[in-house]
Amino acid sequence: MADAPKEISLTVDGKKVTSPPGTLLIEACKTVGIEVPSFCYYPNFSLQGACRMCLVKIEKMPKLQTACTTVISEAMTVTTNNEEVRQARKAMLEMLLGNHPLDCPVCDAGGECELQDMTFSYGAAESKFMEAKNHKDEQQWSPVVYFDRPRCILCYRCVRVCGEGMDVWALGVQNRGVVSVIAPNKEDHLECEECGMCIDICPVGALTSGAYRYKTRPWEMKHVGTICTHCGDGCKTTLGVRRAESGLQIVRGDNRDKSGINGDFLCIKGRYAFDFADNPERLKQPLVRKDGRLLPATWEEAFELIGKRFSEIRDKDGQSIGVVGSTRTTNEENYLLSKFARLVLKTNNIDHHRTADFPAFAAALAGKTDRTASMRDVFNAPAILLIGNNPTDQHPLLAWQIRNNVRLHRARLYAINCQPIKLRRQATNFMEIPSGAEGKVAAFLAGDDTAADALTSATASRDGWRQLREKLRTEQNLVIIFGSEIRGNDLPTLVKFGLAIPGAKFVCLGDYANSRGAADMGLYPDLLPGYHRVADAGKFHEEWGKIPSAPGIALPAMADAAKTGKLKGLYVVGANPVARLGFDPFAFSKSFVVVQDMFLTETASIADVVLPVANAYEKSGTFTNTCGDLQLLKKAGEVSDTKPDFEIIVRIADAMGFDVRKLVPFGTGTRADMGQSRGAQSGEADRHAVWLEAHGLEPKMSPFDPMAILDEIQRLVPGYDVSQINLLSGNDQHTNLMSQSAGSAAHDGSLIAPANDDLFTSGTLGRYSRALNSVIENRHLQPAETEVAAD
Amino acid sequence: MRFSDQFEQRFSEMLTHYPTKRSVLVPTLLYAQDEIGYLTGEAITEFARRLDLTELEVRNVISYYSMLTTKSRGKYNVQICTNISCMLRGGEDIFQHCKKKLGIGHKGTTADGLFSLEEVECIGACSWAPAAQVNYDFHENLTPEKIDKTLDEYKKKGTQ
Repeated sequence: MADAPKEISLTVDGKKVTSPPGTLLIEACKTVGIEVPSFCYYPNFSLQGACRMCLVKIEKMPKLQTACTTVISEAMTVTTNNEEVRQARKAMLEMLLGNHPLDCPVCDAGGECELQDMTFSYGAAESKFMEAKNHKDEQQWSPVVYFDRPRCILCYRCVRVCGEGMDVWALGVQNRGVVSVIAPNKEDHLECEECGMCIDICPVGALTSGAYRYKTRPWEMKHVGTICTHCGDGCKTTLGVRRAESGLQIVRGDNRDKSGINGDFLCIKGRYAFDFADNPERLKQPLVRKDGRLLPATWEEAFELIGKRFSEIRDKDGQSIGVVGSTRTTNEENYLLSKFARLVLKTNNIDHHRTADFPAFAAALAGKTDRTASMRDVFNAPAILLIGNNPTDQHPLLAWQIRNNVRLHRARLYAINCQPIKLRRQATNFMEIPSGAEGKVAAFLAGDDTAADALTSATASRDGWRQLREKLRTEQNLVIIFGSEIRGNDLPTLVKFGLAIPGAKFVCLGDYANSRGAADMGLYPDLLPGYHRVADAGKFHEEWGKIPSAPGIALPAMADAAKTGKLKGLYVVGANPVARLGFDPFAFSKSFVVVQDMFLTETASIADVVLPVANAYEKSGTFTNTCGDLQLLKKAGEVSDTKPDFEIIVRIADAMGFDVRKLVPFGTGTRADMGQSRGAQSGEADRHAVWLEAHGLEPKMSPFDPMAILDEIQRLVPGYDVSQINLLSGNDQHTNLMSQSAGSAAHDGSLIAPANDDLFTSGTLGRYSRALNSVIENRHLQPAETEVAAD
Repeated sequence: MRFSDQFEQRFSEMLTHYPTKRSVLVPTLLYAQDEIGYLTGEAITEFARRLDLTELEVRNVISYYSMLTTKSRGKYNVQICTNISCMLRGGEDIFQHCKKKLGIGHKGTTADGLFSLEEVECIGACSWAPAAQVNYDFHENLTPEKIDKTLDEYKKKGTQ
C-alpha cells in the first residue's frame, strides 16, 4: 500500500522491533519472540489491564507499565526481564495464589493451566499470606458449564468472549475488589448459546466442561485436529482421544489447535456433540432381515447377500435400483458412491438430502473464477449482504465471522430476513421482509422495481429499498451470503446482480457438514462430480468407462417407483429419508433395502441389511464446507466392528464381482512406490505402514484408502485442484466452484429441504448426542426449576 | 412498573444529560431506591428494559456500589464510618456500640424494621470524625452517648 503508515521502531531487551503504529507493546514483543506473560490480555478483545502480569520496565517512565495496554511509540526502550520485573511478576502470582485452592491434582486444567505454567516460570514456592482461604462450592451453571469460584483469577476473559465475541452477554462481574465474582445471567444458572467458549478461554480451571470434567488428563489423551461433523461451516475441532474397551474413545472436544478457519471459535456441537459416537444404541454388528426380523450377522454374510441381490436386480433392469447418499460422509466416499452407482449398479438413480441449490449456483457462476468467498473472506470483507437464513442458529461460525468482522473491522452488514434475526444487532441496515419474499429481493436488486411492492413494510419503505440497492451497488468486494430461500431461478438473478459489483463474492448456505461436498461430488441423478451433466459425460467416459447417459430419478420419484414396484433395490448410505424427508416407510416393503448407518434410524429399521459404519470422527478423508473450503478429516475415535463407508462400498463392489481397481485407483501413481523397490530401502513400505497404524492412520496402499481416490477427484472435479500438500498438512484450501455446462438443467426447487437445525439440534445425528439433549431438556425444565431455591 | 411523576420527570431529563443511555443507570437506581426502599427484581427488569441493558449488567452495577441494595433495609440506615480518620478517633467503638445497642451486626436489620446498620468506608466527614450517616443526614463528633441520643430520636420519629 502506498499510503501505509510509517512503521514504529523500538527496542525490547536490546532487540530492535518495528511494528505499525497503534500496535500494543505485548504484541510487538511477540513479533521478535519475546513472551510477556499475561492472563487478562487476549488478542481481539477489549483491553482489561486487570491481572498486572505483563508489567514491564519502559525507560523514562517512573513505574512499571502494563505491556497489554501500552501502545508502542518511537524509540521506546523496554526491558521485559530484569530483577524489578521478575519481582513484580512474582508478587502478582503470590497475590493470585492468595486465595487459589492449589487443587491442581484434581483440577481439570492441571497440565494445561496458564496459572500453573506461570507459577513454574515466574512464581515463588512460598507465600507470605497467612489468611484462611475462602472456599466456595463449585456450581453447575448449565448442563455443560461448571464454575469453581476459588480457582478464578478474575481475568474477565470469559466475560469478554461471551459478550464481545458471541454477543450473548451472559456473564458479568459482581461486587468489587476482593469479593468480585464472575456471575451468570440468571443468578444461579446460565441461559446462553452454550458455546463453551468461556471454558476454552479460561486460563485456569475455574470454568470447566460438564462433558470432560474429572475424566482424564490432557497428557493422557492424543489430540487430533479434525473437522466438525455437524453444520456446514467446517470448524476445526481438536478431539482428545483415549484408549477404551471398544477402541479409541473421544473424551473431549475443544479448539486447542487454533489453525482452523474458526480460530478461537467453536459452538456447542463442535465442542460437546461428539458423544453420539459412544451412544449405547450404536450399531456394532451388521443386521440382516430374516423372517421379518433384523438379526445380527457377520460382515461376510451381509456382503455376500448384498452382492447377490444387487447383481440380480441390476442384471434384470439397471434402472430399478436407487441410491441415496449422505451429507455427512467424506468427499472421497461421496465420489466413490457416485462412481459406484454409475459404474457398478449402472444407474443414475442417485440423490441425497438437498439443503441448498448448489447446481443452480454452479451454473450461475459458469465461466467465472474467484467468485466464491471462503470462510476467511467473511471475516475480512469490507461489506456483507446476508439474505435469508439465521446464521446464529444454523451457521454459528459464519455468524461469528460476520459479528467479529463488524466489531473489529467495522464491516458493513446488510441483512435481509423474514425474522428479526440476532445478527440484526450488527447490521448497518436490517430489512425485515414478509416470509417467502427472498426471491423478490433478488429480483428487486437485479433491477426489477415492481418487485419492491412485495417488500415494503412499516420499517422498509420503497425509498429505503432503493437506497439500499444504490448503496450495495457502490460497494466493492462485497460478500453476498444467501440461504436456501434463494433457489431455482431466483439464484441466477441474485448472482447476476452480484457479478456487476467489482470483486463481489458469494456464499451459498447448505446445512450439513458435507452438503456442499455431496453436491460437488455429484450425488444427483442428472449430474456427475463437478456438475457435469450425465448426458455429456465426456472425460468421465474415458476415466470411468461406460456409464448410463439418461438422467436418473430424484428421491421422491424413488419412493413413488418403489410403491408401484418398479424400484426393486434401495441403497442408503448415511441418510435418513424416512424421518428427514417424510418418506413413506411402507413404500419400500417390497424393495431390497440396504442401509449404512451408525444407528437403527427410522430408515434403517425398514432395511433388509443394516451395516454399522464409522462416523466422520473415525476416519480420514476430506470435507468441503458450505463456502467451498476443502479440509482434511483425521481419524480420532474408533469403535471396533464398524467400518468406514468407503470400505463398505468397495466391499460391496467386490461382492458384486466388480474389479475394485477400476473403482479405486490404489497402488498406482506416485503413491505406489514407498521405496520398497529401491534396494537398501526395501521394506520401507512396511515400516511406513507400521508407523501409519501406530498413529491411527490408514495404510495408503489398499483399495480402502480414501486418499487413493483424492488424486482422481482433484483431476476430474473442476476447482478441486488445490495444493494437496497444504490440504494434507491440515490447512483449509478454497476450491473454486466451476461448472463446465453453463446451461445445466434447472433443478426442481421443491427438492430442497432445509435442515432448519438450531443451536442444539443436528438432524438425525443430534438425537444421539447426550450433550445436546441435556441442554434441550434443561431448557424445558427451567421454568419449574426457578421455583426451587438453589443453594 | 410505576414510579412517582417526580421520578419519571427526573429520569427523562437525565436521559438528555449523557451521550449514551446506559450512563443514566447509576443515578436512576439511586433515585428508585430512595423511592421504593430497595431494588427489587421487578425494578431491575424495568431499568434493563428502559436502558437496553441486560438484567445481569444492572445487577453488576448494583453489586458494585455499596450504597445500592437488592435487599430490604430498615427505615433508618445507620452507616458508621470506620475508615482511617474515624478509626483514629473512636469510630470502631461507635460501631461496636451500635451493634450492641441495636442487637444487629453489619448489614443487619432490626426486627421492627426500623434500623439497619452498616460499617462503611470514608464518608468525607473526616474533619468531624468520628462520623455517621443515617440515610442522607450526617451526625458528627460522635461519642457513645451522642449516638445513643441520636438513635433514640430516630426511634421516636419512626414509631410516632
